[in-house]
Amino acid sequence: MLEITNLNVHFGVIHAIKGISLTVNEGEIVTLIGANGAGKTTTLRTISGLKKPTSGTITFEGNDITNLDARQRVKIGISQVPEGRRVFSTMTVLENLELGAYLRRDKAGINKDYQMVFERFPILADRKKQMAGTLSGGEQQMLAMGRALMSRPKLLFLDEPSMGLAPLLVQEIFDIIKDINDKGTTILLVEQNASMALQIADRAYVMETGKITLSGTGKELIQSEEIKKAYLGG
Amino acid sequence: MEQFLQQLINGISLGSIYALIALGYTMVYGVIKLINFAHGDVYMLGAYIGYFCITNLNLGFFPSLLISMLVCALLGATIEKIAYKPLRNASRIAVLITAIGVSLFLEYGTMFFVKPDPRSYPPLTGFMAKTFRVGNLLITSQQILIIIITVVLMIALQLIVKRTRIGKAMRAVSLDGDAAQLMGISVDRTISFTFILGSALAGAAGILVGIYYNSINPLMGTMPGLKAFVAAVFGGIGIIPGAMIGGYFIGLVEVMVSGYGNSMYRDAVVFAILIIILIVKPSGLLGKETREKV
Ligand SMILES: Nc1ncnc2c1ncn2[C@@H]1O[C@H](COP(=O)(O)OP(=O)(O)O)[C@@H](O)[C@H]1O
Ligand SMILES: [Mg+2]
Repeated sequence: MLEITNLNVHFGVIHAIKGISLTVNEGEIVTLIGANGAGKTTTLRTISGLKKPTSGTITFEGNDITNLDARQRVKIGISQVPEGRRVFSTMTVLENLELGAYLRRDKAGINKDYQMVFERFPILADRKKQMAGTLSGGEQQMLAMGRALMSRPKLLFLDEPSMGLAPLLVQEIFDIIKDINDKGTTILLVEQNASMALQIADRAYVMETGKITLSGTGKELIQSEEIKKAYLGG
Repeated sequence: MEQFLQQLINGISLGSIYALIALGYTMVYGVIKLINFAHGDVYMLGAYIGYFCITNLNLGFFPSLLISMLVCALLGATIEKIAYKPLRNASRIAVLITAIGVSLFLEYGTMFFVKPDPRSYPPLTGFMAKTFRVGNLLITSQQILIIIITVVLMIALQLIVKRTRIGKAMRAVSLDGDAAQLMGISVDRTISFTFILGSALAGAAGILVGIYYNSINPLMGTMPGLKAFVAAVFGGIGIIPGAMIGGYFIGLVEVMVSGYGNSMYRDAVVFAILIIILIVKPSGLLGKETREKV
């Protein structure tokens, strides 16, 4: 579904992404793990069209999308829950969801999807009229996820959805991610919480200072000695 | 007391003009963090367009107002496209210098075509020439018109920004440009639209000032532009209601200082207020203190 070949990204002289290639197949949960500063966020931002690569190609469903802008990428079904949630703080929960459906015109479908989001995240239904900035961290994460779902993505990126959340909530978020995937959305998940991510992932890539150093199925990597030492705390 | 009420009416009229201009400053700042120094000149052009509609085309006030707003809107979008868009990734100082360049270009370009001498709006007739007396208060119909039109425009602006799709996009871009792009919002289109809105309001302010003070000239945008900028900063730059409050506040201060003190100190007091805000509450009256996020 998504294929990245030889992607290079620079910030001025900093070579942040050094020729990575990765694939996400339809229906999968693929996770990209790695230490802080490895280049995971930059990778997602580049695929979403927020950052221009210096070289390399990105194809989605067989079409080269390297030169599409961010808006066109949303239109063809790529959506992102960015790192740090990035909800629109002085807009209401409902307005945030509405913006998630910005490119859609099917009013009836949008209304149905509000219901879908509210069923998945009942707390958002209670907080509909509240400013997004007044929500707790976990609620904001849910809002960011609901907002991303409102575009009806085929492929959903999540950038560190567990960051800063209490363990119980982390479990809940991962259950929801699994469920979103079960309902047909392909997922590329970036995480520092490697053990949780590897448990739900079909396949995984490990990133270190701009390069992909390891890849395999979630099960394989969870067993791998290297991974255990570096990311799973022993 | 009567004198105070009289000054209040004068202050609100003048403040309306500042508020209309300040809205453009604040909205543009909100979406691209640019202080558009050419904004005061769009206001000046609004005054001239109104002048030509009324004197050369013999149009009434309201058609002239609409044309003035429309032409300024197009002009604002054009300025953005030609001067600022190519600098989207340039340093802020480069964009600021460009804005000053655009301002000078508009001022002296206009001077080339219309000559530097001030022109007078034609004398008003009919309703527009009336003055109403309430007790000992004098209210001119221009003042009534300025106040009502400003309120109508502000309500319209609020509706656009709060209710419409593009208005919500504007707020989203000003809150978080990257997140807005992830929603599929086109930042370029949103910026164009913001210039269109702000410039239309400046155009309205221009023609209103024309009928209020009669005299217009190619450099008339400089001082009100600066004061409207002070008004925007006073209210909290980037915040729409802040610009409204700031505009009225600056207008009132100016009129009160002239009325009760000495009109020579009028401008000094306005800029002293700017300095005090910048010291006491840099983010302005309605602004939130922003801390760097991790
Ligand atoms: N806006 C930026 N400007 C300059 N360097 C950046 C920027 N964003 C990221 N980087 C650099 O790119 C590298 C990868 O960062 P990032 O993608 O955020 O890593 P991760 O998400 O894996 O923690 C880091 O060295 C970081 O300093
Ligand atoms: Mg990151």
